[in-house]
Amino acid sequence: MDIWNFAEYAAWAVSGILAIIIVLDWIRIDTTYSSEVLTSSREGEIEAMTEEHRL
Amino acid sequence: MSQLNDTAIGAKVDAAVTASEKVGLLRVLGPAHVWALGVGIVLVGEYMGWNFAVGKGGAYAALIACWFAGLLYTCVAMIDSEVTSTVAAAGGQYTQAKHIIGPLMAFNVGLYLVFAYTMLEAANAITVGFLIDTVAAMTGHEGLDQRPFIILAIMFLAWLNYRGVLATLTFSLVITAVAFSAILVLFVATSPVFGDSPWRHADLVTDLPYGWLGVLAAMHFGLWFYLGIEGTTQAAEEVRSPARALPFGTLAGIMTLLIAATLTWYVCVGLMPWEYLGQSGVPLFDAARLSGSMGLMVLLGIGTMFATLASANGCINDASRAWFAMGRDHYLPAWFGAVHPVYRTPYRSIIFLVPIALIFALGAPLDQVITFSILSGLLTYTFMPLNIILFRRKWPLDTIKRGYVHPFHPLPALALLCLCAVAFFAIFLGYGSQLVAMLSFYIVVSLWFHFRRYRYVHRAAQFTMPWPKPRGY
Repeated sequence: MDIWNFAEYAAWAVSGILAIIIVLDWIRIDTTYSSEVLTSSREGEIEAMTEEHRL
Repeated sequence: MSQLNDTAIGAKVDAAVTASEKVGLLRVLGPAHVWALGVGIVLVGEYMGWNFAVGKGGAYAALIACWFAGLLYTCVAMIDSEVTSTVAAAGGQYTQAKHIIGPLMAFNVGLYLVFAYTMLEAANAITVGFLIDTVAAMTGHEGLDQRPFIILAIMFLAWLNYRGVLATLTFSLVITAVAFSAILVLFVATSPVFGDSPWRHADLVTDLPYGWLGVLAAMHFGLWFYLGIEGTTQAAEEVRSPARALPFGTLAGIMTLLIAATLTWYVCVGLMPWEYLGQSGVPLFDAARLSGSMGLMVLLGIGTMFATLASANGCINDASRAWFAMGRDHYLPAWFGAVHPVYRTPYRSIIFLVPIALIFALGAPLDQVITFSILSGLLTYTFMPLNIILFRRKWPLDTIKRGYVHPFHPLPALALLCLCAVAFFAIFLGYGSQLVAMLSFYIVVSLWFHFRRYRYVHRAAQFTMPWPKPRGY
């Protein structure tokens, strides 16, 4: 076992963690918001709230 | 910092979203992000791949291919800049095709885009694995398992894209700037400015070893210098000022690439004989090694890795926007047209494309994956001349205000069409069966769309841009 073997295990582990984070958030969002809200985006529509944003 | 901004912005907007019950992509990007998106996708082509043009026809053939392809992509950038400055919507060329030509063309262009970017993402992930394996071998470790690093590259960038576009493209901006600067540093450091130069152009650059046929064959790989600059249009729905930022970012991007491509060619052919350069896996890194400077080696090694990651990052961004736009118009299931209410990204499209990229990255050979990407990109470029000619005819300059008007119309469109024909012939010489297979695939899915899918498209609802009626209707 050298540093590259550890790096391989670390890469597997971090990939798995990122996948879990994404999937959990996906499930949370899909169960919290209705489909109508999530798919309410329309082409060419400039939402007032995004235009009012100040960074 | 940008990640925090994305989250904070998303949280602030979340309350407003819940109240109004509408969510859309976030308009937070500027011209620098557009530049980073375009150049970031492409710059990996300077670090690897372009040099196969040298193998096909020698150093001068690669230079001719570099400049002809540069002309092709300058036409692409100018045409794109004009059209997309009026179409401030995700989907890029897909959305342009939908408004200007028609649904079947739009469906095809959407698929070209998604395949071109997803295949390029897979190719970049394969390259990340190869680069890490190379570093491991240089430190004495043989037999590294590349798979976890390939998967990590895709998962990390998918997560970044999922979390917000500002963080994603700020990350691209930083690593692309480093990768581009590395090329400039290599050029200056090896030039005669600082004393003895290792360049040996007089000894190494030969005449055309395979004649003009070699020049034609080199065109296939000349595309690598610029392939993907058209991806800037996918940011149209997320830039603060589409009419200004998109032309500015795109045209600055193609100028950057013309400089980077020419410098790359000049440095590499002055350091390596064409027989070696034509087969090199990482030509800029090899050029740094031949300079004898450890500092340059490290810098170009980092540049190679950053360019690869920036390309994969931009590809995830662009493929997901094209897929999202097709879902929103019901060209694909509407489920894909969802926007994350906190991060304001097309999250379902991003997630859906991850396993597809992984399958190709882990299971397909690199040259096949890249060829599929190039061919899909070339089909998009072939559509562009028709697109701009119809756009000018249906909506002349006095009917829609453009953020940028490209000069000498229709010459760029006609030049682009001719160069595309040359590039198709060049690819046919080397990858004829793949070209035929891919065209057959697009014909089959077009039939499916026409006879099965189009009935689900909301025909009136897909045209929501505030454009006047086209002339003649």
